[in-house]
Amino acid sequence: MSSVVGNIRRFALGDPQSNRVVPPSGFTAQLTFFAAGTMAFLAVFAMALSLASGRLAARWGDELARSSTIRIVAPMDQRAAQTDAALRILETTAGVAFARALDTEEQQDLLAPWFGPELDLATLPVPQLIEVIEEETGFDAAGLRLRLAAEVPGAVLDDHTRWREPLVQAASRLRLLGWVSAILLGVTTAVMVTLAANAALAANAQVIAVLRLVGATDRYIAQAFIRRFTLRAFGGAFVGSLLGLGAVLLLPAASDTGGFLTGLGFQGWHWGLPLIIPVLAAAVAFIATGAAANRALKRLA
Amino acid sequence: MIELENVAYSYGGGALLSDISLKLAPGSFHFLTGPSGAGKTTLLKLCYGALLPTSGEVTLFGDDVRGLERDDIAMLRRRMGVVHQDCRFLDHLPVSENIALPLSVSGRHAEAAGDDLTELMAWVGLTHRADALPPELSGGERQRAALARAVIMSPDVVLADEPTGNVDWEMSQRLLRLLVELNKMGKTVLIATHDLSLIRAAKSQIQARVLRIANRRVQLAGADL
Repeated sequence: MSSVVGNIRRFALGDPQSNRVVPPSGFTAQLTFFAAGTMAFLAVFAMALSLASGRLAARWGDELARSSTIRIVAPMDQRAAQTDAALRILETTAGVAFARALDTEEQQDLLAPWFGPELDLATLPVPQLIEVIEEETGFDAAGLRLRLAAEVPGAVLDDHTRWREPLVQAASRLRLLGWVSAILLGVTTAVMVTLAANAALAANAQVIAVLRLVGATDRYIAQAFIRRFTLRAFGGAFVGSLLGLGAVLLLPAASDTGGFLTGLGFQGWHWGLPLIIPVLAAAVAFIATGAAANRALKRLA
Repeated sequence: MIELENVAYSYGGGALLSDISLKLAPGSFHFLTGPSGAGKTTLLKLCYGALLPTSGEVTLFGDDVRGLERDDIAMLRRRMGVVHQDCRFLDHLPVSENIALPLSVSGRHAEAAGDDLTELMAWVGLTHRADALPPELSGGERQRAALARAVIMSPDVVLADEPTGNVDWEMSQRLLRLLVELNKMGKTVLIATHDLSLIRAAKSQIQARVLRIANRRVQLAGADL
């Protein structure tokens, strides 16, 4: 491990003499730095999106899977009796941790967004809702439906699968999209570094010819270029990631009223993840420049 | 040391050189002459591995050049000093660093060779120009700097392509004296030039053989130059 660190340090510091053999290239260097920074900035958001939608999918999948609802649709005079019957059945059902009937106020709150807070539920044939929380093992929904059908004709069991699935699926797709974006950003970084390295190699054809003439190996020549582009990509991506993290910090915090949109960000140790972006950018630049240099050098005598 | 056997070389269409056999023995001094475009530079490039022969065999320090990897060629160049026709330098580095370049690319630090470098700079008379950039040098200074760079690794062979191409008579005499001195130190020297008076001047100082390229072949020129 220490030898790896040593190698990286030797590579980063380099041989001051070999750094000097390639002429400094001011403006192009800044472009590479800037492009790497932009890519890293965007990568932080792609990462935040992926992690947030991952969390969302997990939460929806988890919470909704463990709760179900029973609707009692019955004439007003039978509703209370049917509700009691349903609750009795639920008490004896294996896998049900907890079940309770929602009171009038709670039902009113649920409907308030549609009907307004003034509504008197007593005047409407609103079904009675029963909230059912499952144990880890879950219950046998088909069996429960059969028992309810026999004893409580007005009960309808909704285990949420119908609308849970598309939500979880949407969140998973969103996460996939985030990772695909991150990969595309990586590939684009490779393309950009390759173009910049090719331009630098072409502009320095004369330098390379002189170095070959005095006995420099391909490795020596390539390293001067590789080190430069790797350090630039690392530096740019580091600054870009920091700015990206700053921008994510400035996003509004997750809140119930904002819905899932405000959950975009990092949680816990995930805040450390964007720090691997500069390392990845450096690795991508290292490989891309190495490939470009080897290709270019093979063409020269 | 450098051997060519039945070597031919052609650029795309026609043959430039054909049926060339040549042997540079250690410590020998050769001139290579011939009209412009006869293939002097091409022959030199074959000698330092920058070109591969179209047919025939080139043997450098005992190795067939076709079997050499790119890194082997790089190692060979460290044993040969090449003075290029247009003396290419790294224009962003001062003269002293350009002269020490062969040391730094082979992993030896220029500081370690500090004394050698100072001595060499004095030998070619460039001490006062050590910090100048190559584009600021005159033609003669460039040629001398190129020669100093070619010999800093103490090579076994010095190959020079028109080393007196852009300089006046006095300067060319000075460069010639440097090359003759190198030969007296035991280095093999091959100089491509079309300057016959330079060859005549050399003959009075040293035992030099003259190779002439004519009709795509190399002939040993007579003593009647």
